[in-house]
Amino acid sequence: MASTNKDPVLVVLELTGANDYLNTIVPYADPVYWDNRPKVYIPKDQLLPIDNELAFRSDVEPFKQIYDNGNMAIIHGIGFENSPRSHFRAMDIWHTCEPDSIGINGWLGKVIRDLDPVGENVLKGVNFGQGLPRALTMRGVPVTSVNHLASYGVLSSLPGASEEDRSQLLESFAKMYAPAIGTGPVMDYLGQTGRDALRGADMIKVAPERYSSNIKYENNAIGRSLRDVAQVHLAGLGTQVFYTSYGPFDTHFNQPGSHTKLWMDISKAISDFFADLREHDAGEEVVMMLFSEFGRRVRDNGTGTDHGAAGVAFAIGDRVNGGMYGSYPSLKPEDLSQGDLAPNYDFRGFYSTLVDRWLGLDPVSVVGGKFEQMAFV
Amino acid sequence: MVAMMKKRGWSLVHQKEIAPNKLANDEIASMAHLMRRAGFGDPRRDLDVRVSQGYEEVVEELLHPEDQPAINDELLYRIFPGYEGALGPPINQAEWVYRMINTKRPLEEKMALFWHQLFATSNSKVDNPPEITRQIAMFRRFGLGKYRDLLMELAKSPAMIFWLDNHGNHDGATNENWGRELLELFSLGVGNYTEDDIQEAARAFTGWTIAPKIPRNPLGRFYWEFEYKPEDHDEREKTFLGHTGNLNGEDIVDIIVEQPATARFLARHLYRFFVADEPPVPNWNITPPNDPDAIDALVAAYNDSGGDIASILRVLFNADFFKGSRFAKVKSPAELIIGTVRISGGYYGFRPGLNNLALECGWQGQELLNPPSVESWHTGQAWLDVGTLLRRVNFAARTLGDTSLPGVRTIIEGIREQGNLSPGEVVAACLDAVGPLEVGEETHAELMVNAEKNGRLAWSTPGEVNASEKTLGKILTLIAASKDYQFA
Repeated sequence: MASTNKDPVLVVLELTGANDYLNTIVPYADPVYWDNRPKVYIPKDQLLPIDNELAFRSDVEPFKQIYDNGNMAIIHGIGFENSPRSHFRAMDIWHTCEPDSIGINGWLGKVIRDLDPVGENVLKGVNFGQGLPRALTMRGVPVTSVNHLASYGVLSSLPGASEEDRSQLLESFAKMYAPAIGTGPVMDYLGQTGRDALRGADMIKVAPERYSSNIKYENNAIGRSLRDVAQVHLAGLGTQVFYTSYGPFDTHFNQPGSHTKLWMDISKAISDFFADLREHDAGEEVVMMLFSEFGRRVRDNGTGTDHGAAGVAFAIGDRVNGGMYGSYPSLKPEDLSQGDLAPNYDFRGFYSTLVDRWLGLDPVSVVGGKFEQMAFV
Repeated sequence: MVAMMKKRGWSLVHQKEIAPNKLANDEIASMAHLMRRAGFGDPRRDLDVRVSQGYEEVVEELLHPEDQPAINDELLYRIFPGYEGALGPPINQAEWVYRMINTKRPLEEKMALFWHQLFATSNSKVDNPPEITRQIAMFRRFGLGKYRDLLMELAKSPAMIFWLDNHGNHDGATNENWGRELLELFSLGVGNYTEDDIQEAARAFTGWTIAPKIPRNPLGRFYWEFEYKPEDHDEREKTFLGHTGNLNGEDIVDIIVEQPATARFLARHLYRFFVADEPPVPNWNITPPNDPDAIDALVAAYNDSGGDIASILRVLFNADFFKGSRFAKVKSPAELIIGTVRISGGYYGFRPGLNNLALECGWQGQELLNPPSVESWHTGQAWLDVGTLLRRVNFAARTLGDTSLPGVRTIIEGIREQGNLSPGEVVAACLDAVGPLEVGEETHAELMVNAEKNGRLAWSTPGEVNASEKTLGKILTLIAASKDYQFA
């Protein structure tokens, strides 16, 4: 576990819709790349080489800067065997670590349980976005899900209600949602969720009040989400797992324009986020991970790319040992799996590294077994 | 119903206190249930009329929307002139919310929502709200007809073609997206086809595309149109689910709708949407339905009617498994919001604020015209997390608790006419007025505590009226904030 005075914090950024690995980390020296990407490629004059073989795309300059500073680990060839090309099944597998059966519990739900076994802090895990991703779902583990940080609170805007009225109503609300015996699992869940909402709202409302920063995030979804993450983290509310997502990366059609825009947004937002943390001397407290459910097909389809297998993941932070980990899967036709890059690193090893070396927890029960870790943190 | 309540662990004890001609009236409760599920709920005062009409007759009326007046499109266009040229979804979402609130054809509108949920097409990619709105209008037209006809319309829907990239599906260069999702998510379900079937279906749909688009002009945009390009269609032999030949898209749909897996898949979707929450769709190939007999009955209706949606729904709404499923479903955000607004009033006709109602759907996790993915929204318990529950509670409480809104005024006036009600009668009257709603012991106890604070209602002096109205406002606020109110 990293030696830091504060509890380690993990920020998860899901790239929803299957990010194209080949156009994120471009194997520009490999002629097979150019053969297979007659239409959907990053032009040579728009590459930012990392070494003699691989390059970022030039529209992610701030992102590359993080790499150059030694604060980004690139995890090559990540995925799992028999990768399904279905977004939903693949995303479920990433969220639950259950490739062979339908999992109910999310891996981060288990992480939050292990970080806070008695469920003391309802803000131990916070999601920013609509609806809770399965990764954070686990019965009995409260997770706060925030759409708009600024207007968060139970019975917060009743017409004509005095403060006294509201406090009476909140008292009744708490009793209506109190634990009841024998009301069934859905009612139990609902009661628990209501109680968690009450507690979480009371705590989180201080975050925007306490926050000030010189960083100007872009006013787009990922910029707003990461700014909210920074606000809640810097408020010191004990949150150790943050989750948010960005997309859609499902670039079957007209990929060059949309993929570029997505990565420009991400690059800027992540760069701003870490600058914000450093401005508050909190750069070493956070590791961010990026993942997508799978990569995309080696051969383009004329304007976009279809569903593939192996992808790329990232770990970012001042405590991360930057560099490249694992190896880029071979693009040679005979090495492909149904036309797709064959995964050579199990995603559960990536999770295990973060769970073990960063969060200081036993990874085996979280990811369901022992998997090869990497020394990026 | 008793069985369902026992499953949920509710005691029926407190119901004895409720006036026998009100909540205990099973006919009223049944009708309220039907209208919540087949529509967006009816205000309490409308239910008496419906009951006198008779349950089966009301089901027939719902199944024949063409007998009821449609929303006046020309008038709507004058009120929402932007909805054809909108660059962002809110105007189109508001237009739909207006229809859900005001429609005289509740089932037609509910089916449009059902199909939108099943054939989830999202503006995040289509980036053309008027096109998705046009797809929703297609659901209104075909949503109660033959499944085959609906799938054919869907395959030609420009929004769907763009959403699942079939305009990039060419002879010799297939794009499998539409072919895959047609089988996985729109008809057969996982486990009932092979990867080869997907490829062959994709080949059969080559050449199904969008006509060259006319560029957007400054004042609006032109609709996209379906176009079949024979020169881009793969004319070679294909084998799909055991059928071999020079198959085209129509053939694929014809084969699909004859598959037993399709009838089952659709039956499970209809059950999940109209009857009771079920396990998530991706688990269906390994998780059996909660009520296999009900699914069998719906499958039989599909087979008997040649896949006629109205015929399946006739069986569904008249079945005991439906009538016994009161409050067995977590309301979707649209159901919660529209249902609450239909009770509280204030939004009938053209009113300001429809945009906010549309946005509220999104904030509660169901952004209309913009589902999160082609897999659509996760429903049932998955609608509820700390963030969305908080929004649901806040919205319903501030709406039903607003004693200035016309529907709430009607509730208050109705209770006032009943005189100086006791606290128990007050609670019963309020629960009846917003449903009838059945609540658990802990909710009922807390409503009683609040009703008892001011004793019997009194209406003689302005001060008494004020106090009584405040009490009623509080009871309604708490009912709307309760766990029980989360269920349809």
